[in-house]
Amino acid sequence: MTSYSYTEYAMTLAPELSGATPGIYPVVIVGAGPIGLSAAIDLALHGVPSVVLDENNVVSVGSRAICWAKRSLEIFDRLGVAQRMLDKGVIWKVGRVYHRDREIHAFDLLPEEGHRFPAFVNLQQYYVEQYLIERCWEFPDLIDLRFLNQVTAVLPKPGAVTVRVDTPDGDYTCSAHYVLACDGARSTVRSLLGLGMLGETFEDRFLIADIEMTADFPSERRFWFEPSFHPGQSALLHKQPENIYRIDLQLGANADPERETMPEAVVPRIEKVVQGRPFALDWVSVYSFQCRRLERFLHGRVLFVGDSAHVVSPFGARGGNGGIHDVDNLCWKLAAVLQGSAGPALLESYNDERIHGADENILQSARTTRFMSPHAGAERLFRDETLALARDLPFARGLMNPGRLSTPCSLAGFPLQTPAETAVPARMAPGQPCLDAPVTGADGRPGWLLAHLGGTFRLLAVNQPAPSLPGLPVVTVGAGSDGAGSALGDPAAWVEQRYGDGLFLIRPDQHVAAHWPAHGPPASPAIVAAAWRRALGFMASKAAALVETWEYV
Amino acid sequence: MTAQCTEPAAEQALVTDDRLGSEADTVYAALVAAHEGLSAHDGQRLNVRLVLLLANHIGSAAVIHEALVLARTGLEGEQRR
Repeated sequence: MTSYSYTEYAMTLAPELSGATPGIYPVVIVGAGPIGLSAAIDLALHGVPSVVLDENNVVSVGSRAICWAKRSLEIFDRLGVAQRMLDKGVIWKVGRVYHRDREIHAFDLLPEEGHRFPAFVNLQQYYVEQYLIERCWEFPDLIDLRFLNQVTAVLPKPGAVTVRVDTPDGDYTCSAHYVLACDGARSTVRSLLGLGMLGETFEDRFLIADIEMTADFPSERRFWFEPSFHPGQSALLHKQPENIYRIDLQLGANADPERETMPEAVVPRIEKVVQGRPFALDWVSVYSFQCRRLERFLHGRVLFVGDSAHVVSPFGARGGNGGIHDVDNLCWKLAAVLQGSAGPALLESYNDERIHGADENILQSARTTRFMSPHAGAERLFRDETLALARDLPFARGLMNPGRLSTPCSLAGFPLQTPAETAVPARMAPGQPCLDAPVTGADGRPGWLLAHLGGTFRLLAVNQPAPSLPGLPVVTVGAGSDGAGSALGDPAAWVEQRYGDGLFLIRPDQHVAAHWPAHGPPASPAIVAAAWRRALGFMASKAAALVETWEYV
Repeated sequence: MTAQCTEPAAEQALVTDDRLGSEADTVYAALVAAHEGLSAHDGQRLNVRLVLLLANHIGSAAVIHEALVLARTGLEGEQRR
């Protein structure tokens, strides 16, 4: 059992069980894991109330997702928990790759300065969930957390979804305009709706163990191909807070999962990894991996978010992080729909944009898994010879695939974004997530650019004046302010360097919706307004028309 | 400041005209000679290393893809899933 001390969260009697008839809830969230809790907070920040149902009453048993990537931390910062994660977690940015026992490659995931958040923070999922639950409590009027509430039926109906819930105090039904299925890889909602996943299943089994151990191992990700302590297989080591280490050991296709989780099988394997250091087992699991997703993430008024929609192998930290990207993409859109400001294509864009993200994560993590467990024959030969060449030749280190770690995907080419008419820097092209940069506030205090973006649409003006549109807040950086002294300073010119001079329409999830560089034609208020309308989903779209029909017929 | 723009990749295509000229016989002999004394398995390993080295030297996914299509022609084998 883990050293983390679990709090059993109190169950409150659902109003439905004390005779109340609350009417139709705007949103019911199934699952109080990192994804469901983040969605509740993000919706609350938009003023949307939600009911969160979870069959359990404790945070994650076992540390499970531990690697939180920079972009997720930026999203968690918008949600209000990133500082606690930063304070508690293990910060790292260097990955080392070993073949046999020799280091053959090292990579730096954030080689440049001028970012608030590091490449990665390692923090056990139970801490992340605890921080999110405590953050939820700061919205007592908007977030109704219901522990020990198990969903037993989901019945989509025109205009609402009815959910049947089982609790220790009895059963009840409630209705919601939208149900978010955030109930993980073994999603109950998904099986209740009879939805299957498409994709690839891998035969190899992996032992995942968390151990408690005093060691001076560096705060780095270390990956071995064929180490002498685990011959012929691969191994991964991650450091977590409180002297907890995560060890992933490839076991091959023939391993017996029941036998391999027994201490008499696990302990000798770990002893070889830690080379005689005393340790205690904290959590052990044996997995085989899948890279699969639902064909659609939107099923009428039931929306799939996180692992319920897509699962990946863990090499690349694309599961938990991918789910947080889903939340970031969805919640502002759902809020706009519920508040009546969305165009008909907005919700459907969640489906398109996040399937694109999921496919990227699935592709990357499937390629890594294949590289680790090549099929016999030519694939094995290519893998082994790549490793052999990588010992001496730099080019082969790029071909070697020990995990391509989570980065946000670009949403370029999707309908909400207005394509740039003039060439713009690739890093800031429409669809890209905004890059952070140090700025100084109007009062001269140091801060970060991303803290000034997101939540709502913003017009970002870098070294140039911005047109004024009612309801669209302007963030001005550098020269060209309105003279009211409200511009952010760019002391080390990081904003100028990363964004270039120009005007940017920034979505509530901090992705660039439109970019008008200073060297291109000026953006009139009408041009900006058109891009804004487009980003809110007001455009002719066949897909949107289909959804309308589906929902209201 | 001027914005950096990503240059479109130069048009590249697989060259199937003769580029070895008078060195053709020498190169052919060297390819064969490199396998001398190797078991069939080690010969395969050599070929794989050579492919990886040359693929990197070519440095273009499009050209490599074109070469792969050409190389596989006539070797359809079993229907792949």
